[in-house]
Amino acid sequence: MMVIKTMRKKTVEKLETGIPGFDLVSYGGLPKGRNTLICGTAGSGKTIFATQFLAEGIDQYDHPGVFVTFEESPDDIRKNIASLGWNINHWEEEGKWLFVDASPQVAEDTFVLGEYDLGALLARIEYAVRKIGARRVAIDSLDAVFARFSKSAIMRRELLRVARTLKNMGVTSVMTAERSEEYGVLTHSRIEEFVADNVIILRNVLEGEKRRRTIEILKFRGAPHQKGEHPYTIISGEGLIVISLSAIELKQRSSNLRVTSGNPQLDTMCGGGFFRDSIILVSGATGAGKTLMVTEFIAGGIRPGEKCLLFAFEESREQLFRNATGWGVDFEAMESAGNLKVICNYPEIASLEDWLLTIKDVVTEFKPNRVAVDSLSAMERVGSNRAFREFVISLTSFIKHQEIVGLFTNTTPTLTGGTSVTEAHISTLTDSIILLRYVEMYGEMRRGLTVLKMRGSQHDKDIREFTIDGEGMHIGKPFRNIVGILAGNPQHVESTEIDRFKDMFEQT
Amino acid sequence: MDRYILKLFITGQTPRSQYAIRTLRQVCAEELLDRYELVIIDVIEQPQLAEEYKIIATPLLVKEWPPPARRILGDLSDREKLLMLLDFFNA
Repeated sequence: MMVIKTMRKKTVEKLETGIPGFDLVSYGGLPKGRNTLICGTAGSGKTIFATQFLAEGIDQYDHPGVFVTFEESPDDIRKNIASLGWNINHWEEEGKWLFVDASPQVAEDTFVLGEYDLGALLARIEYAVRKIGARRVAIDSLDAVFARFSKSAIMRRELLRVARTLKNMGVTSVMTAERSEEYGVLTHSRIEEFVADNVIILRNVLEGEKRRRTIEILKFRGAPHQKGEHPYTIISGEGLIVISLSAIELKQRSSNLRVTSGNPQLDTMCGGGFFRDSIILVSGATGAGKTLMVTEFIAGGIRPGEKCLLFAFEESREQLFRNATGWGVDFEAMESAGNLKVICNYPEIASLEDWLLTIKDVVTEFKPNRVAVDSLSAMERVGSNRAFREFVISLTSFIKHQEIVGLFTNTTPTLTGGTSVTEAHISTLTDSIILLRYVEMYGEMRRGLTVLKMRGSQHDKDIREFTIDGEGMHIGKPFRNIVGILAGNPQHVESTEIDRFKDMFEQT
Repeated sequence: MDRYILKLFITGQTPRSQYAIRTLRQVCAEELLDRYELVIIDVIEQPQLAEEYKIIATPLLVKEWPPPARRILGDLSDREKLLMLLDFFNA
């Protein structure tokens, strides 16, 4: 016991940044009273991170901050940041934000004659920190220092002095540095080797023609943090948001409360309806009846007075509403009554990260009891496989935590069955899977439905035929003399043979 | 004849600062006699002036008058070059 006690290192205290999601992946923020190097390629969001670190500090924690700029003029920064929703001018007037303007001055020529150091910069930073009692300092960017002063050995020593001084003053600081490639050498000027105990990498990688932003905490000396890359996005009016996957806890408050699927026969097949906080995946080929099932699911919720939210990615609003009318469901009336919200859009208009945040925002604001996404597989197009998988995990876990019943549809690539990426990623995350299949019988296309999985409940194991008419979906009898439907290869079996099998089992 | 207005920014009384001050005083005394005004500013004592002049590196000599306005960074170790940069030959 004694040994363990003395072995235990004093963990580094953290300072919450207030940057959404970042404090989760960093286990509480940046190491307090230390320097952290933020490196990334051009356009990766370094300056936004640095600025937001100060802005959230003022906004949420009342921590005054000093911004040292070597590159952009304070005016440019004020303007850029205004677009993210912060008013620096106002904070400057209140004495919460102070610029140390070390950006290049064009007015006068400067000649170099002999040895020099950055003592004046240090004096200015110290002065600024004392003046407003700053708790946070951002320095953007170190490369600009190297670009302006040719003696890089001296600059390294001088920046180390700056870093030490900030540490001694007890302020938590971030410094940005540019790197030339997403993977490889950390920074151009190899600053990380001497300045920072803590290094964060921002990436903006091109993956299958899509940009994907990630943040990685490379090291926090003496402090724990999550490993690996985490997706993040930059939203106008809000700034940088880190999407933390592993922050998701797998604690599902399983509810025994059943809600209707909107179709009485399907409820019976599911053993009495869907569970209230479960996710149901409806998978089938195009035209198999997925959107109908979504429509009934929504109508089934609206009837007892629930609120429903529908994201439609495959059809236009008009088409969707017209189809619903064809099945006897009036979306328009439901929407004007305020019980339904339909969001129709092309998935391509935003990245998966942005979609996730949009969906979260709408759900939080509208507070629906049911959410349907038609189809989830349309989202596959928007990002890489990895990004899509992360999106699905985040979305399902978010919906589960809201005690909402979620219905997602998945379009399979072939008419008669087969699996898709969505199915592979989502099937283990969903509580129920319903398969819709075309069944070819005697030269005729019929439709089949089966409940493949229903977590925590008995369910009908038959593959049943269903028909669609002006009143919706009607589920009928099981296909008895056909095998291989799920494999996409239906084969007819003689009735007598089936009867014989049945008899055999009944006898035993 | 124009009167020279010079400001020398230093950070503390370091050997480098002393060296720059000594060199500058000597050059001015020899070349300009009494036609100059030299103010020495220690940014540790007056950081707000460093802020105002947007100075990050020292020693820094600012020639404010006569034009062209000019900044000379470093400990002024090259006397000939200093004379040239200050345009003393035309004075």
